[in-house]
Amino acid sequence: MTATGIGAPVRRKEDQRFVTGQGRYVDDFNRPGQSYAYFLRSPHAHAVIRSIDTGPARTMPGVVAVLTGDDLAADKIGGLICGWMIHSKDGSPMKAGPHPALAQGKVRYVGDHVAVVIAESLAQAKDAAEAITVDYEVLPAVVDTAQASKAPVQVHDISPDNTVFNWHLGNKDETEAAFARAKHVTKIDLVNNRLIPNAIEPRAAVGEYDPGTDSYTLYTTSQNPHVARLVLSAFIGVAPEHKLRVIAPDVGGGFGSKIFIYAEETICVWAAKKVKRPVKWTADRTEAFLSDAHGRDHVTHAEMATDESGKILGLRVHTTANLGAYLSTFASSIPTYLYAPLLSGQYDIPAIYCEVDGVYTNTAPVDAYRGAGRPEATFVVERLVEKTARELGQDSAAFRRKNFVTHFPHQTPVIMAYDTGDYAASLDKALELADYKNFQQRKQESARRGKLRGIGFSSYIEACGIAPSQAVGSLGAGVGLWESAEVRVNPTGSVEVLTGSHSHGQGHETTFAQLVSDRLGISIDQVSIVHGDTDKVQFGMGTYGSRSGAVGMSAIAKALDKVIAKGKKVAAHVLEASEGDIEFKDGKFGVAGTDRTLGFGEVALQAYIAHKFSGQDLEPGLKEGAFYDPTNFTFPAGVHICEVEIDPGTGVTKIERWTAVDDFGVIINPMIVEGQVHGGIAQGVGQALLEGAVYDQSGQLITASFNDYCMPRAIDLPSFQVGMTVTPCPSNPLGIKGCGEAGAIAAPPAVINAITDALGHEDIAMPATPQAVWRAAQKTRMPTAAE
Amino acid sequence: MTTVSLTVNGQSVTSDVDPRTLLVQFLRENLRLTGTHVGCDTSQCGACIVHLNGQAVKACTVLAVQAHASAITTIEGIAQGGELHPMQAAFREHHGLQCGYCTPGMIMSAIDIVSRKGNALDEQTIRAELEGNLCRCTGYHNIVKAIAAGAQAMAQAPLQQAAE
Repeated sequence: MTATGIGAPVRRKEDQRFVTGQGRYVDDFNRPGQSYAYFLRSPHAHAVIRSIDTGPARTMPGVVAVLTGDDLAADKIGGLICGWMIHSKDGSPMKAGPHPALAQGKVRYVGDHVAVVIAESLAQAKDAAEAITVDYEVLPAVVDTAQASKAPVQVHDISPDNTVFNWHLGNKDETEAAFARAKHVTKIDLVNNRLIPNAIEPRAAVGEYDPGTDSYTLYTTSQNPHVARLVLSAFIGVAPEHKLRVIAPDVGGGFGSKIFIYAEETICVWAAKKVKRPVKWTADRTEAFLSDAHGRDHVTHAEMATDESGKILGLRVHTTANLGAYLSTFASSIPTYLYAPLLSGQYDIPAIYCEVDGVYTNTAPVDAYRGAGRPEATFVVERLVEKTARELGQDSAAFRRKNFVTHFPHQTPVIMAYDTGDYAASLDKALELADYKNFQQRKQESARRGKLRGIGFSSYIEACGIAPSQAVGSLGAGVGLWESAEVRVNPTGSVEVLTGSHSHGQGHETTFAQLVSDRLGISIDQVSIVHGDTDKVQFGMGTYGSRSGAVGMSAIAKALDKVIAKGKKVAAHVLEASEGDIEFKDGKFGVAGTDRTLGFGEVALQAYIAHKFSGQDLEPGLKEGAFYDPTNFTFPAGVHICEVEIDPGTGVTKIERWTAVDDFGVIINPMIVEGQVHGGIAQGVGQALLEGAVYDQSGQLITASFNDYCMPRAIDLPSFQVGMTVTPCPSNPLGIKGCGEAGAIAAPPAVINAITDALGHEDIAMPATPQAVWRAAQKTRMPTAAE
Repeated sequence: MTTVSLTVNGQSVTSDVDPRTLLVQFLRENLRLTGTHVGCDTSQCGACIVHLNGQAVKACTVLAVQAHASAITTIEGIAQGGELHPMQAAFREHHGLQCGYCTPGMIMSAIDIVSRKGNALDEQTIRAELEGNLCRCTGYHNIVKAIAAGAQAMAQAPLQQAAE
């Protein structure tokens, strides 16, 4: 390992600009002649729009234009789309209702887009929005996930019972048979609480139109600018793909919420041409709460069958997933193919059957949020495994170990073929780091102080590196999920890597440069990573699902291989040797068995001056591209152990220890990887203890600011003990599995298993706020000092 | 329009502003100092923290006219002579940032904590003092480490501290 190569904790290259305030986020861009957009949003969860009177608003000072859904329809701008087709059990396609960027005839959630005012200043746009009169016929709303299909309210005409799909996965008959021969069946009812992503940078967009070239530019807070361009052009039809440049510069966190193609950026592009000026929009925080796609929101009943020894025989799950008022970009895939295929967990479960009903409600759209389906699956599996172990009177760790998958590859009953792993190794290491053997002593010590101490395990697995394009295509995906890379070597030997991945906090400018440094033997200072601009990078699928290492870097590795191969040809000419005799080692091309070598930079220069070879023999230049399509998902897995102490007098849960042992395969930069784990745990702890979106029965979002929605703060969290085990991933050339979501996937069941352990009963839901825990603790028999 | 005169990062500035202009808007839009960020509108997230006469304030909750005749320091103003402020260097060294959006506010808040609580900061003090700063990326683990290290480094860098 070199100081900047694979495995080195290199300090991040991008940090110089971030710590000095020189980062460039979308709201930092102002374009000449720019105007400002403000969206008038529905105050009602469900209403027919009888009429919109924009007349007075148009005459307000500074107003450039007031546009509504009628204007969109007149320009034949299409609706927002959901890019993953799910079929119900009966074979029928999912029921996707129309999703116009500005409401046409009806609004379906509080925050739905009714009109946009474009003005000289944001203040003038807001003032004018107040002068728009909308005549609403308010309808009853449905917000409750479990009741949606029975509610006397219809969100979309296409779906009389508010059901988008009744989907299933697994083998029902085999699962029923497994339950029939079970010695013990454990049942659990779970709610996976709705979360609001809350990247600290709010979404923003600047649309610009150049009449001279009839072309458009969109600056947007996107995790995947090429996908945004494709959807905006091919489906929404707002601009031709080759005439639309999408730039996603520095982006301040995404966590999934910036994958999707939203109404606001659509409108900014469209309106820029209409008003012949750049149009800028930046969300305020309440707009973010109302209109960013939310996450989770499942109601689940699950059962686990075990035999007399405690071996798991089968699992059956029924989930109702709230998809909100409209199907967001990837909404349909999250509670289906990103959820049920993970229900086998780390365990050898012979039979699994899962049914998922996706439902519409009058709430914000729900889509991928850090983990996206996998946290929901892990919560089901790990809560159920824990409850089963307790009901059987078995040690939680021992019960898990008994049921671990130990032979690879392992085909689960729910699509996934686990390629490698060593789950016992992670468990052993976690038990040691968590000092599990002395836990009872600590519990007694807590009891002496009148406190309840509990320990909770989460042996999670997830699927990252999405995904083999053929496989996801067969499951309904509208796109392929490969990644692209281009490596441009300059005549001076410096290197630009153009990648379709996008960094919004993950440190790609450093990690990707480490790979280049490692492979080419050049300093990371000689490497620039270029991303987030469709005019620079030819195409790419973007960053989500912890795919940028396993897929994005694999594409770079493939392109680097081609660069080295071409470099060998150049070196062969310069060194007057046969190409087959040229070796590339430690940054030098050399003739095998001799001391004749050329540095990487020398070969780059020779490639461009082309003096030593004929253009007929070899093309000048040194630039190579690659598309990498994965051969399988990757399967990061690990064990998180949470230890809590509850004050039964106040209901406050304090996390005393957090131990994480993860197997992410090969690690490029352990400092960055640990940072990803920390952040993921914080979001998972937030879900378990603090966060939850609350709509009242009329569909008003009660938690629409940081005053009302409890974000994890520094004081709510402990320092984390993070350890690693490594089984290199055999499914990609770098052995990487992915680390971005693990913490958020592992953490919620670890916390709730710890709390239920402390309470001595299972009756607690997320978020386990002090009030909820205090109530639950009233049913707990307080231990005596003697216990 | 109202005229405001103030010092920003050591430079005198006079400008006509709409009286409702927030300090953060003035810094970002009038002066193009875009390092100070807006993450919420309820004074909760702290991405907009700057120093007003040496004290941390949330620039989304101060009117530009309230800053009249005062001295403002922003994230752009704390590095001296091309050298990072010790707190900036500590955030970089300890990976106390990921997306970078909350970072300017975190660093300005951290310097303020040191000026109030001294250079020897324990973990609990730092966590409690960060009550007004939200980060969604880091889980705070490395921010806490960075602030503890930065606070110590500031004791060894009196020149930079004086400049701040």
